[in-house]
Amino acid sequence: MKLILHIWRQKNAASAGRMVRYEAGDMNPDMSMLEALDVLNERLIEKGEEPVAFEHDCREGICGSCGFMINGVAHGPQRLTTTCQLTLRHFKDGDELYLEPWRAKAFPVLKDLMVDRGAFDRIIAAGGYISVSTGSAPDGNAIPVAKDNADRAMDAAACIGCGACVAACPNAAAALFTGAKITHLGLLPQGEPERHERALNMVAQWNIEGFGACTNLGECEAACPKGIRLEVIARMNHDYLAASCHRR
Amino acid sequence: MSTTAVAVATRKSLRFYDTTVGKKAVMAVSGVVLFGFVLAHMAGNLQIYEGPEKLNAYAKLLRAMPAALWGARLTLLLMVVLHIWSSVKLALLNKLEARPTGYVRHKSQTAGYAARTMYWSGPIILCFVIYHLMEFTLGVGGTPYQEGNVYANVVAGFKVLPVSAFYILSMILLGMHLSHGLSSLFRSLGFDHPRYTPVIKHLAIAIGTLIVIGNISIPISVLAGWVK
Repeated sequence: MKLILHIWRQKNAASAGRMVRYEAGDMNPDMSMLEALDVLNERLIEKGEEPVAFEHDCREGICGSCGFMINGVAHGPQRLTTTCQLTLRHFKDGDELYLEPWRAKAFPVLKDLMVDRGAFDRIIAAGGYISVSTGSAPDGNAIPVAKDNADRAMDAAACIGCGACVAACPNAAAALFTGAKITHLGLLPQGEPERHERALNMVAQWNIEGFGACTNLGECEAACPKGIRLEVIARMNHDYLAASCHRR
Repeated sequence: MSTTAVAVATRKSLRFYDTTVGKKAVMAVSGVVLFGFVLAHMAGNLQIYEGPEKLNAYAKLLRAMPAALWGARLTLLLMVVLHIWSSVKLALLNKLEARPTGYVRHKSQTAGYAARTMYWSGPIILCFVIYHLMEFTLGVGGTPYQEGNVYANVVAGFKVLPVSAFYILSMILLGMHLSHGLSSLFRSLGFDHPRYTPVIKHLAIAIGTLIVIGNISIPISVLAGWVK
């Protein structure tokens, strides 16, 4: 099959970018979107041109490295699917695809389709952890966890930090990501002691990084390849408000 | 992800209102108070269908307690200021700062029309409130005005077609604004539940619709000659 690809090309963080049109013929419909770019890059290298830079690692949809906008939708048109798992058979022969990097002040473009998601690392460093003594492993069932809480924590922990929520949000808010981490840790007894501290610090860091505000539109939930639900944002707000009341 | 130097905030660095979550909570609480006023105001206004004596007596009753009247007015004014100030701060962040370079292609997947147009419905409703106060409270709206005769003022005011049209448009926008705001505020204040949130969403749309119907029935009745 043949695809017309309009790809954002930008030499480095300092230079201005632009959309460049590529005709990618003879593509196997069973290839993933990233494999299509691999093939395009091989052809570009043969011609002596600069290949398209994009982030990738596991290509199994679990690492959170890949992702860009495909025709204005984060990770493309297939719901609950990362860019690496999106196959070309979901498109028609001759389709025109616009590939753009995530856009947010907090996610500066490094090159082509790659952005710097260090802001997410810093939100995690602000409170996305539990403080435990290392040493011998504790007994697995020493602390009881309610089944319902374990399930909800697990659902929130499915977040791979890909950044699609920020990219899809009209306000470039980091609410779904931050909420997922706060929910995943705060629902478990090990995360409970630092629950308030965590909400205050992670929300503060989200704001310091320059992400926008959540206006409850739900675009993040629709774009999330891991099915993280808006519920986590409510829990984050709840923890933040409670923490604000209790802080000294 | 990159391994650049990690600059981590401490909880002391941003106070409650400095954060987006804090501002949204302020918008939610002020919005609830303003919604309460909208509801009470509509209930009061619907007495127009019981005739001039009833409506004018109600208006007189409200003015008979100046302390309560001014207490309510100042509370509402404070809520309006908090609601608008927070929304302007958030709108500037969201629309101008958070995404300096936009997308060449962008497709909205789920956000409803009412939710996406809050930035437009809000300011138009503000213009409406200002004109509404000029017309029926201060008597400087350009329509016939008699001090103390609310019924006559309403009938005379709504006989002017452009005035009625502006009221009807504003009420439709208010209904849309509430249909998003009334459900959004629950999440802003920390409540979301798989069983209740869908119900809240439907209720918000129903209440928004009821407010539109109740309020626009008055200019329509005047224009149709049912209320004279």
